[in-house]
Amino acid sequence: MENSLDPRINRLSLIKNDGSFALEKGENWHTYEVFHLKKRGDHHKHVGSLHAPTPEIALVFAKEQFGRRQKCVNLWVVPSREVYTFNMEDEDMFATASSPEKKYRDASGFKVRDKIAEYKKTHAG
Amino acid sequence: MYGSSAAFDTPKKGEEIVEDPKKLAIFEARIERGEKIEPNDWMPHEYRRQLIRMIEQHAHSEIIGALPEGTWITRAPGFKRKLALIAKVQDEIGHGHLLYAAAETLGKSREEMINDLINGKSKYSNVFNYPAKTWADVTVIGFLIDAGAIVNQLINATGSYGPYCRALERICYEESFHLKQGHEGFVYLATGTPLQRKMLQDAINRWWEPIMHFFGPPDKISQHTEKLMKWKVKMATNDDMRQKFFDQYIPKVYELGLTIPDPKFKKNDETGKWEYTEPDWDRFFEVINGNGPCNKERLEVRRWAEEHGRWVRNALYDPKYKSVMPLA
Repeated sequence: MENSLDPRINRLSLIKNDGSFALEKGENWHTYEVFHLKKRGDHHKHVGSLHAPTPEIALVFAKEQFGRRQKCVNLWVVPSREVYTFNMEDEDMFATASSPEKKYRDASGFKVRDKIAEYKKTHAG
Repeated sequence: MYGSSAAFDTPKKGEEIVEDPKKLAIFEARIERGEKIEPNDWMPHEYRRQLIRMIEQHAHSEIIGALPEGTWITRAPGFKRKLALIAKVQDEIGHGHLLYAAAETLGKSREEMINDLINGKSKYSNVFNYPAKTWADVTVIGFLIDAGAIVNQLINATGSYGPYCRALERICYEESFHLKQGHEGFVYLATGTPLQRKMLQDAINRWWEPIMHFFGPPDKISQHTEKLMKWKVKMATNDDMRQKFFDQYIPKVYELGLTIPDPKFKKNDETGKWEYTEPDWDRFFEVINGNGPCNKERLEVRRWAEEHGRWVRNALYDPKYKSVMPLA
């Protein structure tokens, strides 16, 4: 290998490497989901995930990774395996929440203006 | 920072998988409506394969991209530039982490990806196989290469895979400072002494071919684009991105009285397209296949870091916790 422009790299004697090195399964620990609180009064918001060996170190990494550039007052970390979730494929089961059949649980399902106007007209004076 | 140098490949003969037409239709209709695909959704094998390949290469590019710039931290001219360069290099590593996590949601572990990087099986952006010879090279990387990466990343952020788009949004936000500090360093040299200007022009000349290579081979020799564009994996052709980059950034080179080392290079006012001499694409493939000036050094440094960091990872390892994939 040619000499590097970086003297620190030349000092590493890289050439001694026989190329057999490989990471083992699980060597990068496991993952945590990270929730970021931008300011007091907001909800914590999911911003991504990271690898860490323990919850305490996950917090340290989360501060470095997600609290480094943007405003942040607090972070949560949750092991990915501890999050219970519906399957994305089942999203149609939520469809009724905004369907016309459920107008009775929405403010738009209740009309009073016409009745009030009518009442005022017939009871004028 | 990243360009789609060789992000995609063609499935080998006999490896094409016939997908369930009903599921495929639902999947394609979702993308057509502009909805995102999320990790546990059904997806065609080829979609998953190409996305892993693309996001993984993007992640590697962030990690390897830190090396040519990192070399200059100890020699940055002035304290503010040193601080900015450290911050930028740290951001790039952070981007690598975000992208590895996005790729992992598709089913390939980070360990496997890092192994494929250091054993040469998976690629990274070709530009990082060139050395940053002078401080002016660092400003050309910090301005023009980062600008190219932003053109690429902004458009990819409108793609169809949710985790990748979310990672790119954060990355683009962070890159805006990189681009600004790169531009400032570039302008500083361009408006400095004759020697500084010469240094900068030399660096532009050295980096022109890698910049031309950055967005990948011309559309006429780059296959497999159609399906990937339909699935919103690839959002623009290589030539379109290259033109877009020229439109936005070449005027910023010209306004400083600097030149592009290609006598044919000019904008055709009738077609609105930039015309140029095709760079040496054989050279591009030669470098991407391992024979560039720095390929070996980059991978050796990465391998050294993984090998010498192992005792730290092992010391922190707690068997009580088992490995899982990120959620989203």
